[in-house]
Amino acid sequence: MSMEIPYTVEVRPDTGLNNGKIGIWLFLASEVMLFGALFASYVMLRVGAPEWPRGSTYLNIPLATLNTVILISSSVTMVLAWASLVKQDFSRFRLFMGITILCGLGFLVVKYFEYTSKFHHGYFPATNTFLAIYFTLTGLHGLHVIGGMAVNGYLWGPGSALWKTDPVHFTNRVENSGLFWHLVDLVWIFLFPVLYLL
Amino acid sequence: MSESHDPKDAHAGHSHADVDRHVRAAYFVFGSLLVLTAFTVGAYFLHLPMRAAIALALLIATVKGTLVAAWFMHLVSERTLIYWVLGLTAVLFLPLLLLPTFTVLDGIVLR
Repeated sequence: MSMEIPYTVEVRPDTGLNNGKIGIWLFLASEVMLFGALFASYVMLRVGAPEWPRGSTYLNIPLATLNTVILISSSVTMVLAWASLVKQDFSRFRLFMGITILCGLGFLVVKYFEYTSKFHHGYFPATNTFLAIYFTLTGLHGLHVIGGMAVNGYLWGPGSALWKTDPVHFTNRVENSGLFWHLVDLVWIFLFPVLYLL
Repeated sequence: MSESHDPKDAHAGHSHADVDRHVRAAYFVFGSLLVLTAFTVGAYFLHLPMRAAIALALLIATVKGTLVAAWFMHLVSERTLIYWVLGLTAVLFLPLLLLPTFTVLDGIVLR
């Protein structure tokens, strides 16, 4: 017995949206509150601290700049992946989605080198308050990158079988996954100056 | 609200013309984000006073974030309900961000 989930493709007459779209935006709203709570923690810790190090004391600005460029690039390729599907060019979708996933992987590799460098220098979350909030914020963000890559990887690989049976539904899934990926990019846009440059 | 409401419209209301516009905008936003990233890093090397540095960095980040939200996330042409969701989020987000800080800044002290 199979049950068809309503409004995965057609829009609901009351909202003007399909259910996936409204669902992903509600989820993104909860993500804003999650990161907002941690940003508030950062501000409170910084304002309440007798002294606060500049990020460059501990952190590598060129590597973080590289990661910023990588994430921005991945956002563009995500848009191009979705646009390829709307134009019914599946092979270009695979190309751009693949590049997006590789950019995510590149971001994590750079982050790996950053983290291991800190550990080799004896900098851990317990070292001081700045490093505690740095590892918390970037660690949570890194988990989001991994989560986004997992969804994008599924859509690139086994999940793309849906393209053959229901291309509009599949395109909607890619669009929703893209919205999450752009939020990950957006959060990093604020993390970069706040943690590394100020 | 530039998108069609027709549920039968292919790909959830996105015509090819819409998509071409999104793609052109994406390239423009991409270039703008790279330039603004360069400004962000360049501002660091100006060694401004901390308050000015914070204000400038957050201003640039806000512009970048707005570009991402508006064009990459299609908020320039989204349905009204999404704006309501985000408006409610903003209303809840600001106290979340500011109230803890106010507790640090208040003038009440134990004697």
